[in-house]
Amino acid sequence: MNWGNIAEASFSAFFGVNAMYFAIAAIGLNVQFGYAGLLNFGQAGFMASGAYGLGMTAHYFQISFWWGIAAGMGYAIVLGLLMGVPTLRLRADYLAIVTIAVAEVIRLVVRSVRFKHFFGGSDGINNFSGPYRDLNPYLESGRYPFSPLDADGPTAALIVVLFVALAIGSGVVVQRTVLARRFPTLSKWVGIGVVAVVAFGLLMLVSRSVEYTGYSLWTITVGWALVAVLALFVWALMRSPWGRVLKAIREDEDAVRSVGKSVYSYKMQALVIGGVIATFAGMMFSIERGSVQPDNYSRDVTFFVLTALVLGGAAKVSGSIVGPMLFWGILAFADVFLHQLLASRGGRLELLGLEIIGSESQIGQFQLMLVGVLLILLMVFRPQGMFGNRKEMALDGR
Amino acid sequence: MDAELTTAAAEAKAALRDVAPEPGSPKPDPVLVVDGVRRSFGGVTAVDVDHVEVQRGSITALIGPNGAGKTTFFNLLTGFDKPDLGTWHFDGRTMRGVPAHVASRLGMVRTFQLTKSLTKMSVIENMKLGATSQVGEHWWKGLFPFLWRDQERKIEARADELLARFKLDHMRNEYAGTLSGGQRKLLEMSRALMTEPRLVMLDEPMAGVNPALKQSLNTHIKGLRDQGMTVLFVEHDMDMVHDISDWVIVMAEGRVIAEGSPDQIATNPAVIDAYLGAHQGKTMLEEL
Repeated sequence: MNWGNIAEASFSAFFGVNAMYFAIAAIGLNVQFGYAGLLNFGQAGFMASGAYGLGMTAHYFQISFWWGIAAGMGYAIVLGLLMGVPTLRLRADYLAIVTIAVAEVIRLVVRSVRFKHFFGGSDGINNFSGPYRDLNPYLESGRYPFSPLDADGPTAALIVVLFVALAIGSGVVVQRTVLARRFPTLSKWVGIGVVAVVAFGLLMLVSRSVEYTGYSLWTITVGWALVAVLALFVWALMRSPWGRVLKAIREDEDAVRSVGKSVYSYKMQALVIGGVIATFAGMMFSIERGSVQPDNYSRDVTFFVLTALVLGGAAKVSGSIVGPMLFWGILAFADVFLHQLLASRGGRLELLGLEIIGSESQIGQFQLMLVGVLLILLMVFRPQGMFGNRKEMALDGR
Repeated sequence: MDAELTTAAAEAKAALRDVAPEPGSPKPDPVLVVDGVRRSFGGVTAVDVDHVEVQRGSITALIGPNGAGKTTFFNLLTGFDKPDLGTWHFDGRTMRGVPAHVASRLGMVRTFQLTKSLTKMSVIENMKLGATSQVGEHWWKGLFPFLWRDQERKIEARADELLARFKLDHMRNEYAGTLSGGQRKLLEMSRALMTEPRLVMLDEPMAGVNPALKQSLNTHIKGLRDQGMTVLFVEHDMDMVHDISDWVIVMAEGRVIAEGSPDQIATNPAVIDAYLGAHQGKTMLEEL
């Protein structure tokens, strides 16, 4: 078993393109589901409108892709209004039904043979990321180490800042989740410090062997910068009186109405803002590949994003970022780990004489099962997610 | 007793002295006028009020046996439910079809029978939510704290003042979910007051409140009248009704069956009928 490979794969996935675009989608979903309590099961639809807005504008009009971004955001606003107008006055479940249906309708329409000449059917629209590639300051096919010890000066400094932030973040989480309960006498700062130092050391160690291509590095840079900007945006919104109204709506709409706020209008705003944020996820995902394909925006995506958000902790900005990173990190870990395990056992995995995995092709399913088990454990032992507030969770409604 | 009366209380009593104690009697200066409001659920008529007026600056109690339609009547007036028929005016403005949040902004604010304190928000956040016309409640203005920080500070000061008055200031930063039932009632009432209403409609403010707290709640409600607000409240606690109200409206089976001063109501045979059926309960109600 090669633990170096496993660590490296998990690490790359942690910061990879998938985690990045999931984080953007989760930040948007958090505005709707986490703060306003809106059950949006159609986040993939919003992502698709971003991706198609960008792709089709670039493909048909040959104009700057900045216009494509505007078009994508415009579609999301229209989509949000279309879904919100009939459902937001009704009970929460109706929004869930309508959003999941609309997202599927969008996917089925754009992939239909009838509109193939327009949306490109299941092949989608391709080769439109030229302007994005031109902006790339890195050599597209160059290999760039992602370690402070091997990278150039400014890049190395950035990576160190990132690692320190991550190390402190994990220190805080471990302190709150494990240490505070196991070792209540231990000083908070000692706990955080020790974990942070260990985490930083691990990051430095693992990152030694991690490399990204120039193109991936460009996407990662742009994408995570976007994550940071959007996270800051949502954080600023939620500490404002606007955010206060939203959180109050999540708890009791009638109470909010009775003090003179238009609940309908706030829910609409939350739905649209969350949707517009999600379009950036679709745009980043599609522009990185230079192609939009309808099946990248299926129901699975919506539910994986939701899973990732719950994993991180809903109604927390940090949760919406770390959740997706963990989600993809765990998937990658399970993938490489299981492959190696299977290889070392001669292609079959048995437990107490019971066949668990019979062939490599079953690893995919098993991976998701592991995530499911993890999620169940999380719900049992930490229902508020990694970053959620336990005290808040423990307070029962009425 | 009379020596304790504040000017506002004396004025309200004086204004209602000559009003006839009968259903639908006109008041000298009504803040709320209801005409022919009906609401039925399926075949059951829950509310069927021909005419009712509420005197400005008074404390008016709305009583009646369970299922009389008091809460439904509250819901209709405040826009939380829509009547099949009827009109009503608040301060001269027609309120039919006005949504709940607009009614509240116009100065007609209500509380709920089942308390709706926002348990996962702190007490002070609950209070601040109540303030109206907040700049920071626009999403893009909310992004820029310098646009709303000053207003927020003023709101917080006003909230703290109210919390102190209702003796909740020691719970200021606790989650509202950690409050007792009675404290939640107080919180909901003070949150409603944050909207600076002219008509306060309290749905069973005393339900689940311990006797010691009841006394101070009584004082608070009387205080609202002194500040020029009109109070309309639903209550089952007859001691309280008798103690604080200037006027009593009695509902039964959706209709207003009696009106009058607390003393007049206590001896009204129609009321005794409605509560106890026939005249058997006379001695009991006379204790009022």
